[in-house]
Amino acid sequence: MRYRSPFAVLGRHATPMKVPPDFGVDDGQLASVTVPNDLRCFREPEAQIMADLARCGYDEDTIFAIKLAFEEAITNAVKHGNCNDRTKQVHLRHYVDPGRIVFMVRDEGCGFRPEKVPDPTADENLERPSGRGLMLMQSYMTKVYFSEAGNEVWLLKEKPA
Amino acid sequence: MEQPSSHLKIKRAVNVSVVEFADRKILEELSIQEIGEELRRLAEAEPGAKLLLNFQNVDHLASAALGMLITLHKKVQERHGELKLSNINRQIFQVFRITRLNRVFDIHETAEQALESFGQT
Repeated sequence: MRYRSPFAVLGRHATPMKVPPDFGVDDGQLASVTVPNDLRCFREPEAQIMADLARCGYDEDTIFAIKLAFEEAITNAVKHGNCNDRTKQVHLRHYVDPGRIVFMVRDEGCGFRPEKVPDPTADENLERPSGRGLMLMQSYMTKVYFSEAGNEVWLLKEKPA
Repeated sequence: MEQPSSHLKIKRAVNVSVVEFADRKILEELSIQEIGEELRRLAEAEPGAKLLLNFQNVDHLASAALGMLITLHKKVQERHGELKLSNINRQIFQVFRITRLNRVFDIHETAEQALESFGQT
């Protein structure tokens, strides 16, 4: 599987903290939580999401994919977005049903331009030590959208049929 | 001989350091930095060091761990050593495949196959 152009996949939506309309979920259904900017503080919300996935009958491969994408999204927020600043926070929203999971991660940083991240699978970039988190999220999830400001990411994974 | 280490179990098989991971998840930034540091010391312990990383205990891997492995790979190459990976489960191998890192690393199904291949490339 090759990395496709970020422009083709990473759409943008304008309303912060609101679920993109094409994710097929009513915004009022999403849970919200604010977490201190420390990766250890994400264990509980992550465990909750993983428990919801197991309860909704997701298979191991899909849970692996979602866990990986979630970890990459929160790591990006804590490390790159909030620059490991312990005084900042990360905002999470999520929703799980037997057909899909939606989650959002928003940091308090100044955002970035996903389309500027070089393709880590290009021959000339294969040995770069960083830059793979974004493409892994994109590869494993059904849809990945960044807000215009670039500090908020929305991810959708539909359960495989 | 097994050396005590917080994240790694290191055994010696003839002239190869065989490394197993103590953690099932190689996800957290600090752990990845510490693992990277331990592996770097192994790579620098002797010129031409031969390292085999056995992933049989590992069931989750973050992209930062891939970065750490790439940095290690470069270090080993600089010192004319060899780095091989083995026992990567199907889900994690898919991560290597998606990122095309299966082309960068010498990956073997089993530790035995990897050990036999040292010195042949």
